[in-house]
Amino acid sequence: MSAPATLAMETPARAVLGRFMRHRLALFSAGVLVLLATLSLLAPVFETLLGVDGEAVDLFSRYGPATAEHPLGTDELGRDVLIRLLYGGQVSLFVGLTATFAAAVIGTAIGLMAGYAGGRIDAFVMRVTDGVIALPVLPLLIVLAAVDLNKLGLPETLLSSESISLYRIVAIVALVGWTTVARLVRASTLSVKTRPFVLAARAQGAGAGRIMLRHILPNLASPIIVATTLSVGNVILLESVLSFLGLGIQPPLPSWGNLLTGAQETIWEAPGLAFYPGLLIFVTVIAFNFVGDGLQDALDPRARDRRAADRH
Amino acid sequence: MSAFLIRRTVHSLIVLFVMSVVIYGLIGLMPGDPVDLMISADPNITTDDAARLRAIYGLDQPLWSRYVNWLGAAITGDFGYSRLYAQPVWQAIVPALSNTLVLLISSLALALAIALPAGIFAATRPYSLADYGINLAAFAGISMPPFWLGILLILVFAVTLGWLPAGGTPDAAGVAGSWERLQFLILPVSALTIAGIGGHTRYMRASMIETLRQDYIRTARAKGLSESRVVLGHALRNAMIPVVTVIALDLGVLFSGALITESVFAYPGMGKLIYDAVMGNDYNLALVGLLMATALTLLGNLLADVAYAALDPRITYEDLDA
Repeated sequence: MSAPATLAMETPARAVLGRFMRHRLALFSAGVLVLLATLSLLAPVFETLLGVDGEAVDLFSRYGPATAEHPLGTDELGRDVLIRLLYGGQVSLFVGLTATFAAAVIGTAIGLMAGYAGGRIDAFVMRVTDGVIALPVLPLLIVLAAVDLNKLGLPETLLSSESISLYRIVAIVALVGWTTVARLVRASTLSVKTRPFVLAARAQGAGAGRIMLRHILPNLASPIIVATTLSVGNVILLESVLSFLGLGIQPPLPSWGNLLTGAQETIWEAPGLAFYPGLLIFVTVIAFNFVGDGLQDALDPRARDRRAADRH
Repeated sequence: MSAFLIRRTVHSLIVLFVMSVVIYGLIGLMPGDPVDLMISADPNITTDDAARLRAIYGLDQPLWSRYVNWLGAAITGDFGYSRLYAQPVWQAIVPALSNTLVLLISSLALALAIALPAGIFAATRPYSLADYGINLAAFAGISMPPFWLGILLILVFAVTLGWLPAGGTPDAAGVAGSWERLQFLILPVSALTIAGIGGHTRYMRASMIETLRQDYIRTARAKGLSESRVVLGHALRNAMIPVVTVIALDLGVLFSGALITESVFAYPGMGKLIYDAVMGNDYNLALVGLLMATALTLLGNLLADVAYAALDPRITYEDLDA
């Protein structure tokens, strides 16, 4: 028995890839994201090429115009804007990806356990989830960001680290961001756990942990991947808002959000400083949203129009 | 229905109580206390004075007993004194709240007036060029950093064209005419409106496409009704059910948007008040401001459920409690 060659080629993974590739906008966006990430990672190379130091303060050339040495001019301390943007990209993309990943892991664990346990545990966990969703996120994040970590008794070496604001923002975004994935995973778990293969695994004596991780989790991959990709954009927006308000990434460590913090006061002298970081945030977020949209179509083609309006 | 309302109100009050404990705890974890600020403002304060001041303000007591004191006073309607505004908390909150409501209501109304027709228009021509364009614009709207949108509006209309003030209040600028006062609202309202259009357009479009697929729509078309009667007369009311629910649920999102807009335009609303209170160690004000924001969001959730059951006769309040 041999299937026709053309049919044998069409594995599920290939079909998914094929549908994603047809989504030209998503493909283009994925390309833009790869390009932005590569450029950001190559920031030190650009520093060498241009012969400038991204951290060098030069108060004699504040708000400098675009020149061969400074392609996008200089900022309020005479630092090169292009290099600051690239290093800011490293930080913003890193926070966006790690915080989303952390939130997805927390959400998956909570949703999986609630859905599998069912009953009172499920009801309680979902009530808590609803409660967290009902909270006004930004005001709460402002309070969380203002908490004095010294009073939490964290180790001194961690607190004096330069990137403490980086870890802090990843932690607080993950703390409020797990709800979407948790609800999704819980709903899918409820339906998957009644399927015959789960009953078969249980009949063979598999424990709860094994059933959840080996039998149920792989079936939830698609919704988790889609929801996670779609939330990267939101996380980057959240980081930029907090950093803009002075509560996220702390200077001199640049992020696209905190590069805009002072831009409003200097908008009359240097409008460019208020423009470029926002443009990069915008392009990155819209690209992640298009990729997520494309992935959704590719992984679950039937959902294309049926999907309920997703929370933005 | 009244049993449902009572039960939900009790739930909301429980959430509010839990939040007050959590927020009080978090505020206790913020750096410094009001006396630290007084010391930095006045070098003549000695350590003895500081200890005495802490005793007067009750800051020498453990956090839980301060919370119990606060709760006892709050239940009788005494929310304390705002240090930042040198006023009772209520007197600081009421004008800020009314400013924010003006901002929220006018921008929500404008956003819906644009988003709902756009969503319906796109849904009736799925995958056409117009649908594609509207979708693209909606995606751009939800991907726009809200504070950058505000900055861009300032850049264009205040810096380059010089038509409108870049922010602040008419009182601070010393103008009195109603047009001059209105000018200070235009940019903040526009920023918040543009930020909201994208999401609402996408909800409306998705919901309308789903509704137009129903059997009763096919029946209506088979009767020979015109397309506009089918869409506006038969489909719209059903398609609005999830949209209305989402609008009510999104009050929290809207409030977050208002906070950002207010801080960009130095608009004296609740968002700016909460931000200033947290930053300025004004505990009483921060606490009440945050609880007001939470209460507003919970009210939105309650409204969403009430609207859901009221608009859709197939849903009963008992279903919602299950």
